[in-house]
Amino acid sequence: MTRSDVQLMLDVKAGDEQSFGLLLQRYRTPLVNFLYRMVRSREQAEDLAQEVFIRVYRAREEYVPSAKFTTWLFRIATNLALNSLRDHRHEKLEISMDAPVTADAEDGDEKPFEVADKHPTIEQELVEEDRKKMIRRAIEKLPEKQRAAVLLHKYQELDYAEIAKILSCSESALKSLLFRAYETLRVELAPLVARHGTK
Amino acid sequence: MSCERMESRILAYMDGRLNESERAEVQKHLDACAVCRVRATEFSSVNDLLDELPMIEPSPAFDVRVRARIAAEPVKQSWWAQVWATLSPSPRIAFAASMLLLATVLVSYRGGGPIAPPIPPDQADAEMMQDLSVLEDHDTLSNFEPLKELPPPVDPNSADDDQQDM
Repeated sequence: MTRSDVQLMLDVKAGDEQSFGLLLQRYRTPLVNFLYRMVRSREQAEDLAQEVFIRVYRAREEYVPSAKFTTWLFRIATNLALNSLRDHRHEKLEISMDAPVTADAEDGDEKPFEVADKHPTIEQELVEEDRKKMIRRAIEKLPEKQRAAVLLHKYQELDYAEIAKILSCSESALKSLLFRAYETLRVELAPLVARHGTK
Repeated sequence: MSCERMESRILAYMDGRLNESERAEVQKHLDACAVCRVRATEFSSVNDLLDELPMIEPSPAFDVRVRARIAAEPVKQSWWAQVWATLSPSPRIAFAASMLLLATVLVSYRGGGPIAPPIPPDQADAEMMQDLSVLEDHDTLSNFEPLKELPPPVDPNSADDDQQDM
């Protein structure tokens, strides 16, 4: 039988290191993806994800299952991501102003991990890449808190109450945050949305 | 339902997170409002577009690095062990205290032995009187009138001479 997150965490608290390994296995990919989409650097995302796991481990003795484990986990991750974005804002601006705009720079290091189509032509590949680039840019343009809300809502499929707790806001404030984010995305992705609508 | 109220319901409607009555209410509004209907369709398209972003896998070294950092974490002591560690003096403090004690002993040993006991007041007064300079002032004594009336002191040598003469 699969043990719940809370049970695993309680086992870690009792000194079972293997249970921590199971939590690591369960959440490393969602965490790295969430952080990658927040900070747009694979290396930084992995460093932050490591930090999240270390903080969870350090807090094991004090762990009380008062909330869902994912709420706690993504709250740590979101705070770390927001702090990191704040700390690197100046640095990032300098890079984006100085660095030449190349396909590699735009795509980051996501490319090698994508699942390739069966036999796409070069033209199809370029079109696909452009679409993805546009979507990534639209997400990047969102204010940080709206971005976190969209990522938690869309990719982690957390419920509104959980996301509201993670972002330390009310449920109604979260709904408003998500609505504004989707409105921005609708405008930013208008060409794709129009084509998508005609499909 | 107003368009404003739709703002807080539209995503929940798309996610299927509304109860039956709320869902029916939203549906009724969408049937009547073209603007909200377009918005709902486009939000749904945005949702589909977000699905197109591929997932990434953490690098193979990720787990190794996390485990290495966890292995490097200091072992936590139980609360009583922490209390005991706080109460018991550290070797450095014990060493410093013994060095201080040793230094005190050495300084007092080299400082000229035991301290002289205090002189009782009577004896002190007597010594002070003996040392009074006035008693050593021979002019004062020689000019002291009653002493002048006394016969001159006998010279022991001359007495001997007298006896020899006899």
